[in-house]
Amino acid sequence: MKKRSLFILLFSMLFVILAACGKGGGGGSSEDSAEGADATEVIGSESEDATELNFWTFNELHINIFEDAVKRWNEEFPDRPISLKAEAYPYDNMHNNLLLALQSGTGAPDIVDIELGRFPNYLQGEPQLLPMNEYVEPVKENFIESRFDIYAKDGNYYGLPTHVGATVAFYNKEIMDAAGVDIDSIETWDDYVEAGKKVVENTDATMTTLETGDYWSYWPLIKQQGSDFFDENGELTLANETNIETLDFMHRLIYEEKIAEITPGGGHHEEEYYGFMNDGGAASVIMPMWYMGRFTDYMEDLKGKMVIRPMPKWTEDGNRSAGAGGTGTVVTNQTEHPELAKEFLAYTKLSEEGNLALWEIMGFDPPMWTVWEKPEIREDNKYYQYFGTDIFDTLLSVREEIDSINITDKNPLVQEQLSTNVFNNVLRSENQSAEEALKEAEAAIENN
Amino acid sequence: MIERAVSTTNSSRPKRSIKGFFLSRKVVPYVFVSPFILSFLLLFLYPLISGVVMSFQTILPGQTTFIGTSNYERILNPTFFKALSNTTVYVILTTVILTIVPMVLATMLNSKFVRFSNVFRASLFIPALTSTIVAGVVFRLMFGESEASLANTVVGFFGVEPLEWKFGAATGMFLMVLLATWKWLGVNILYFMAGLANVPRELYEAAEIDGAGIFNKFRHITLPMLKPITVYVVTITIIAGFRMYEESYVFWPEGSPGNIGLTIVGYIYQQGFRMNDLGFGAAIGVVLMLIIFVISILQLTLSGTLKKGG
Repeated sequence: MKKRSLFILLFSMLFVILAACGKGGGGGSSEDSAEGADATEVIGSESEDATELNFWTFNELHINIFEDAVKRWNEEFPDRPISLKAEAYPYDNMHNNLLLALQSGTGAPDIVDIELGRFPNYLQGEPQLLPMNEYVEPVKENFIESRFDIYAKDGNYYGLPTHVGATVAFYNKEIMDAAGVDIDSIETWDDYVEAGKKVVENTDATMTTLETGDYWSYWPLIKQQGSDFFDENGELTLANETNIETLDFMHRLIYEEKIAEITPGGGHHEEEYYGFMNDGGAASVIMPMWYMGRFTDYMEDLKGKMVIRPMPKWTEDGNRSAGAGGTGTVVTNQTEHPELAKEFLAYTKLSEEGNLALWEIMGFDPPMWTVWEKPEIREDNKYYQYFGTDIFDTLLSVREEIDSINITDKNPLVQEQLSTNVFNNVLRSENQSAEEALKEAEAAIENN
Repeated sequence: MIERAVSTTNSSRPKRSIKGFFLSRKVVPYVFVSPFILSFLLLFLYPLISGVVMSFQTILPGQTTFIGTSNYERILNPTFFKALSNTTVYVILTTVILTIVPMVLATMLNSKFVRFSNVFRASLFIPALTSTIVAGVVFRLMFGESEASLANTVVGFFGVEPLEWKFGAATGMFLMVLLATWKWLGVNILYFMAGLANVPRELYEAAEIDGAGIFNKFRHITLPMLKPITVYVVTITIIAGFRMYEESYVFWPEGSPGNIGLTIVGYIYQQGFRMNDLGFGAAIGVVLMLIIFVISILQLTLSGTLKKGG
């Protein structure tokens, strides 16, 4: 007897060990496990007939939009309640999990946020996403249309946009005043450079910071001039004249005009930068509108000091903004409730209320431009308190000047080249000229 | 009575035979190794084979096609060579440091002249229990680029200007090697301590009688006696070095400036997942496997380990 029980004990131990090993390797890609998630929330109806939908995102804050939408949905359609299980994972983690889930055909959520920089990966081959045309086409003209095109393939719209991403200039009014510069007098980049010289002369701050680890200091600037990484036909134009000159201009801002510095930490999303900016390290920063949330959340000391203005323009009649970045929310083909998931997603992202919520909750410039003029959008919120009440005046004034970006399946490669080689070699270590670096990057992308 | 007896034998016989089957000398060894064989087949051999197959394909959902060797033709590009050279430098540095330093430290800890050696042993081993990612976060803060960061304060004492640790090729490599050293030093000390425990005391006594000093004892007794352990430590350090990924990832999660921190495994990750090019990623993996294989064989042959075994 003793022997036998020992035997059983040994075996059960073995299985426990094996099971434990199996779990460790899982990494959290299965839909039931929230392993590795930054945040998990179950939102909505607790009644048993509620349909459960899963939602993944890479930004915890995005859950708030869906929380709001689920509440409205359940009030409006009490006969079709939804219970949404929302999970936020780190950026890289979520995109990789999703990629593997879609490749292997199992484990993907019903609804998921995909960031623009990675979106082309999910459009390669046969997209494992459901087309949203039936919902997009009727309302398309109320939206900044280009925001649908960047998440589309072969006439099918897969991703629903989260914001326009209009790039603007954030100025620290306190520093600009100390330098004796009237912010509203800055209209062109020449004015901006002149203002920068005054800032550097009269204050301890630098005029602006330029990213080397990401492309937000560069992409809007070339887009403003009608250039891009790709032309409308998807041909690579990375090393065209405008792009080279713009990169040269950035180099000049740092080393000749001496009004710019390389962003501490390498990017405007780094801890080092938040601290630097919060302490009044720079008088301005050029970033898309969605960057507002980073100010309110990570740079609290600047409340009431920052103002939002259009970007300086390159020529007298040049554009004063450019669309940059984005998040496309999609329904995957692994959902068990395709119709409900699509309808709910459209309800969240394509309705007027949904777009107002994008502004109120997230501080995003809603892609449905018809709400920009609504009185509701003028209601007080934390962004108005932080940046002043003229945000939408600025936005409305540049509405016609936001050009669409051209996205191809090689965008991830461009981002990779720019953020590892080009900006580093040209702006930081100065061992390549703008032309050399961009030509080399172009060759690397073409050969891939 | 008879009936009862029969029924008991009937009911106990199958049990006994199952037990007997599992306890027979022929079967038991297989039962005991089966979990490991199974996990090897499932977790190593199957992925290995499918990895090799994948390296000849482009893989998109529902559209997997064989494309011959074109993944391999793309491998020899500047980024791959950058990754290879980073990894090679890293392997050389970690192998040298993580063999010599632990050996010397283990010898010192083992000597009777060192006090509180248990405290040192424990504290040197503790880093091995930390996850690389967690340690990396702390390292990243210590080696921040601001003047006030710990590392810049330290170099400031010696009159060195604040360094941008994460943005230079040399300092970047320094960070990765430092993190690996900090983490693995204790483990390697443990290996050498185990090796030292097997060195017979009489040899040292005999050497002392012959008038050998500390250095000579180390050179002529400790070093040769530790050879098997040294070979083992060198081998695993080389393999771990080629497989290195976390030490680079914690410092540059989104890709390093000028690819100063790109390792071969990092390149697999970048191409396979970030660029959705699993076939190309698999091809790099196969090349990495061949590199590790060749180097391990070379190293084991040169150190004579294979000969002895055969």
